[in-house]
Amino acid sequence: MEFPHDLKYTSTHEWIRMDGNRARVGVTSFAAQELSDVVYVDLPEVGKEVQAGQEVSVVESVKAASSIYAPLAGRVADVNTALKSNPALLNESCYQEGWIFELELTPGAPAQGLLTSKEYLKTLEGEK
Amino acid sequence: MSHLTREEPTLAELSRPKKRAVKFPRAACAKDSQPLIPAQYLRKTRPRLPELSELDVVRHFTRLSKLNFSIDTHFYPLGSCTMKYNPKRNDTLSTLQPFLWAHPAQPEELSQGILEILYELEQALVEICGVRRFSLQPAAGAQAEFTGLMIVRAWHRDHGNDKKIVLVPDTSHGTNPASAALVGYQVQTVKSDERGLVDLGDLESHLGPRVACLMLTNPNTLGRFEVHIQKIAKMIHMVGGLLYYDGANLNPLLGTARPGDMGFDIVHLNLHKTFSTPHGGGGPGAGPIGVADRLVPYLPAPLIGRDGGCYFLEPAHPKSIGRVHAFYGNANILIKAFIYIKTLGAEGLKRVGEASVLNANYLLTRLEKIFHVPYPGRCMHEFVVSTLKENPHGIRTLDVAKRLLDFGFHSPTIYFPINVKEAMMIEPTETESRETLDHFVETLETIADEARHHPERLRQSPHTLAVSRPDEVAAARTPKLVWDEPPLASPDKSPEGILALKSQR
Repeated sequence: MEFPHDLKYTSTHEWIRMDGNRARVGVTSFAAQELSDVVYVDLPEVGKEVQAGQEVSVVESVKAASSIYAPLAGRVADVNTALKSNPALLNESCYQEGWIFELELTPGAPAQGLLTSKEYLKTLEGEK
Repeated sequence: MSHLTREEPTLAELSRPKKRAVKFPRAACAKDSQPLIPAQYLRKTRPRLPELSELDVVRHFTRLSKLNFSIDTHFYPLGSCTMKYNPKRNDTLSTLQPFLWAHPAQPEELSQGILEILYELEQALVEICGVRRFSLQPAAGAQAEFTGLMIVRAWHRDHGNDKKIVLVPDTSHGTNPASAALVGYQVQTVKSDERGLVDLGDLESHLGPRVACLMLTNPNTLGRFEVHIQKIAKMIHMVGGLLYYDGANLNPLLGTARPGDMGFDIVHLNLHKTFSTPHGGGGPGAGPIGVADRLVPYLPAPLIGRDGGCYFLEPAHPKSIGRVHAFYGNANILIKAFIYIKTLGAEGLKRVGEASVLNANYLLTRLEKIFHVPYPGRCMHEFVVSTLKENPHGIRTLDVAKRLLDFGFHSPTIYFPINVKEAMMIEPTETESRETLDHFVETLETIADEARHHPERLRQSPHTLAVSRPDEVAAARTPKLVWDEPPLASPDKSPEGILALKSQR
């Protein structure tokens, strides 16, 4: 399982790719594997304001429905509409084509609790 | 039934032109200048209905019925669903002519018998649960949750409380957060601790003036009794919130402990679980909702009152949330639950609870030798195991569950609760004998042995059922929801020929 070094992570298994005031969010390869075959992704509305830790999206697999949380405060600026017709992207390419939504970050909001790939890997050891 | 390995054709596939079960007379009005049905409502093409004889249809459905797993045919240890035996006397008595002929629009003075039964059922449920009153109206557990949360909302509005949050534990049934969201609340999840109980520290961190309600089952979904329940009740009441009891797991407590005494303000019951009315099938069902003293005015109206020897529908209280069902709910289901309660009596109900706990602990004690148990120790009426202890080939819970079908057991609940990996949730209920439980354990021992020596046998199971493993992913991603007529008529008109055609497609 890969956890790219240039990404940030959360303990709830989201990854974050920071680009200026934008943050692209998806789920980690660990989460994608745990979820098993994804059959539906409930995308948030573009323009929605979210708080850090707030539920933004729901991913449904044949096994369960799981919540995806906003890692940071901001406004939903974009969503990956390709997931609507092809939710399997989330399993096949979780860090690239399977991204879920992009946030425009609230200026000055604290970026707390994000993990490096090393720190995230450590939290997984507790889960196994 | 294990010899039935071939797929049953659909009625459309069995259909042959001009076959008939019933011959309808020509409508007398067909040639009138003014047709009975206006022209714009008449269809232009003939409906594509299957054409079969009566015997074809009878055999088709009889064959399908033999493929069913049911309590009357199989051990069905489906955790959290309380699949207990439904005594036949429930049906015999509830289908007596006076009950079947009763009409809900009959005046009260001609419905005294049924009103008395419903009144007595309410009294029994009040005594069993330790609350003040019950409404028998809601048509199912989920509707009862909705009703209960409407009462929560009405209570807080009435008292000027600005509350937006409903708390649920991470082991809760999916209906709890769904019902809370439907009533307009935000849902927050409280973690379980290492014993599988509500984590009091995490609960504390969620509590505040905006918390309207905490929804719990007790025992919880892991089959554990929430030993701090009175403290939890105090904590939620301190912030002005209400404590809601989801009755999914009431069975083990019958006659021993009462939700009302634990501090619960609202209680819903699933009569198809604890009180042996039929499960599922699309209804009708019943989910009575009970409340503590201060919430009685908010109950759905009408309630049933008694004046001397006469029973009547009470006028609605001005604070009532109104009706949640036509008339007075699904009365015939309620009669079945009443018969069950009266048949067993107080002492019998207590033994039901005790036997359900004993049976579950017997299974747990024997199965913890072959399965990982994430939360060891005594359980209540059900328990959760994880993967096999000796598992060199990585056999999954799904494989164990599918293999059980070959041996004539309905699978336990799997992959729930979601906080246990590879979960398998087992609830034997009180109605199973020692012999059945032993047979179940021996079968799982056989499967554990196969997991070591014949893993493929498990991965490809079930081998003996009409359908082996459906492609669940394809079914969810690209569901096919309408019947497509086969493009070509089969040259071979026998059922075998049809089957051959199907397998070519």
